[in-house]
Amino acid sequence: MSLQFRLASRNLFHDRLRFVATVIGIIFSIVLVTVQMGLYVGFRRMVTTMIDHSPAQLWIMPVGTKCFEDPSLLDERQRFRALAVPGVAEATPLVIGYAQWRLPQGTTTPVFVVGSELRGLGLHPWNVVEGRLDDLSVPGAVAIDQTYFERLGISGVEQTAELRDRKVQVMAVSKGIRSFTTTPYVFTDVERARTYTGTTPSKASYLLVRLAPDADLWKVQQALRDSLGNVEVLTAAEFRNRSRSFWLFGTGAGAALFAGALLGVIVGTVIVAQTLYSSTKDHLNEFATLRAIGSSSRYIYTVIIWQALLSAIVGFAGAAGIGKVVAAATAESALPVIMTPLLTVALFALTVTMCVGSAITAIVKVMRIDPAMVFSR
Amino acid sequence: MSDIVLEATDLVHHLGQGAGRVQALKGVSLSLKGGELVLLMGPSGSGKTTLLSILGCLMTPDAGTVKVGGQAVAALDAEALAKLRRERIGFIFQSYHLFPTLNAEDNVRLALDVRGEWARAAKLASREVLATVGLGHKRKSLPRELSGGEQQRVAIARAIVGKTQVILADEPTGALDTSNGQAIMTLLADIAKDPSRAVLVVTHDPRILPFASRVVHIEDGRIVREEAVGESMKKVSNA
Ligand SMILES: Nc1ncnc2c1ncn2[C@@H]1O[C@H](COP(=O)(O)OP(=O)(O)O)[C@@H](O)[C@H]1O
Ligand SMILES: [Mg+2]
Repeated sequence: MSLQFRLASRNLFHDRLRFVATVIGIIFSIVLVTVQMGLYVGFRRMVTTMIDHSPAQLWIMPVGTKCFEDPSLLDERQRFRALAVPGVAEATPLVIGYAQWRLPQGTTTPVFVVGSELRGLGLHPWNVVEGRLDDLSVPGAVAIDQTYFERLGISGVEQTAELRDRKVQVMAVSKGIRSFTTTPYVFTDVERARTYTGTTPSKASYLLVRLAPDADLWKVQQALRDSLGNVEVLTAAEFRNRSRSFWLFGTGAGAALFAGALLGVIVGTVIVAQTLYSSTKDHLNEFATLRAIGSSSRYIYTVIIWQALLSAIVGFAGAAGIGKVVAAATAESALPVIMTPLLTVALFALTVTMCVGSAITAIVKVMRIDPAMVFSR
Repeated sequence: MSDIVLEATDLVHHLGQGAGRVQALKGVSLSLKGGELVLLMGPSGSGKTTLLSILGCLMTPDAGTVKVGGQAVAALDAEALAKLRRERIGFIFQSYHLFPTLNAEDNVRLALDVRGEWARAAKLASREVLATVGLGHKRKSLPRELSGGEQQRVAIARAIVGKTQVILADEPTGALDTSNGQAIMTLLADIAKDPSRAVLVVTHDPRILPFASRVVHIEDGRIVREEAVGESMKKVSNA
């Protein structure tokens, strides 16, 4: 093996304090980027949870609907026109909206009601751990998630509370249905959802569509658009994209996350560039000697780039470790930091790019060396 | 008669800027033949280091030509000059310039490593040369664990391991006691016994005279005298 790697590692470890500072700088910067990007991935997933958990293949919605939580309404009569379109097997209303939940002890808290047909195509709670979905047909029955027990003043099934001044009874409890808005979801039947949210009986938030087995998604989508007129018809994938772009970019949340990540990269680049530069400056005499005894510039750059790469590897290992801890710690929260394999690979590539890019100032410094200085020192 | 391995003609060179600008070389011609050990002597500030830097292709003269192995170097760019140095010239510096974080063997091996030579072969060659300079037992020592004389011997091993045609040494014995100085000069004189290789040593140390085949005297940027050791002094015309 060439001595370039040995020179690089010795240069790094020779000044331990500086090496530690470099690594801490990289860790700080990459953890910042990891958290921001992990939040981005987490947020991206969270904003489409409801769409992901509905078996609907097509979503019919009022024109201009920006995301799942959009409160605009359409006319339920559209449902019968939709059912008349060839290829549509099922079209059912979904009603969503905010409501006030009154705890047994009398205080109130806002909840987000999701009501759909209990039998057939709907949006039902998943991961039910207590009670049964079928029991939601009982008058006043709702399903909530155990995450929000305390907030809703509930500790298990069959307990009661009030929604819009009507008595409700928790008949099913799910696990892990969290909302990134932190407003608890309350699942119920579509008719009662209208009551709780104050929605006119002839209105619905969405019509969910399931296709006949051999129907073509795109053809049915087009046919629905032609026949229904003043609505939008999106595939589940299209609706996911629309929800994401609204929450991530319409609100500026995504831009803020990216800005945070960019800040991390800038901080990291400055720190690494600074320490590599000062290390190179300290070893300038050696680099000049290398040049005097005839090394190519490439040989010298390789030494500096090895220093950058070694710092990157050690720094990334530290940052990835911390990232894992953060991901584990936030896994059960409303907005988890999610580390996917792809994100991990991308972060490593970013760390390497950042460190090697930072080597440029050191390389420029070395390029200016006058090898003749070895005789006068 | 041996071939000329290094030849400089009418070198003129200035150093410094503005009011501090001095003409360090004022028309110097010098050639080294294979099998020679030449001493370059002169008072401090006479231009010895400047001349050595130019002969070693570390500096480009303001005027005059340098040929290494018959090849003019004026047209070469920095990378080509570096290649020429690693292939043809070995350097020994007064302050050794060893790498403090590398052991003796790796310091020597560096001269071969910059040529891209195979690590295994380079290690063997480095050990062999370290043994030649009497440091076979210290190849794993770091420079700070070696005495001044030992460090200079490592530096010499680095300069000779590449078997370059030319060895340039700037006051190699300056920091050494007599016995270490003698040992080092013996090593250099042995190299110059090879008819294809030449050694140029800058020194003020008269104790080195017995090792030389020729002595060149420089004063105020000009060569003033040249004497073949053992022959009568011959005066060089200085135009
Ligand atoms: N960097 C420099 N700037 C200006 N003058 C210099 C510089 N280096 C050397 N000199 C001058 O150039 C002349 C030759 O220097 P040098 O070749 O180092 O002499 P020597 O090695 O014989 O002592 C001296 O007068 C010295 O003062
Ligand atoms: Mg000098």
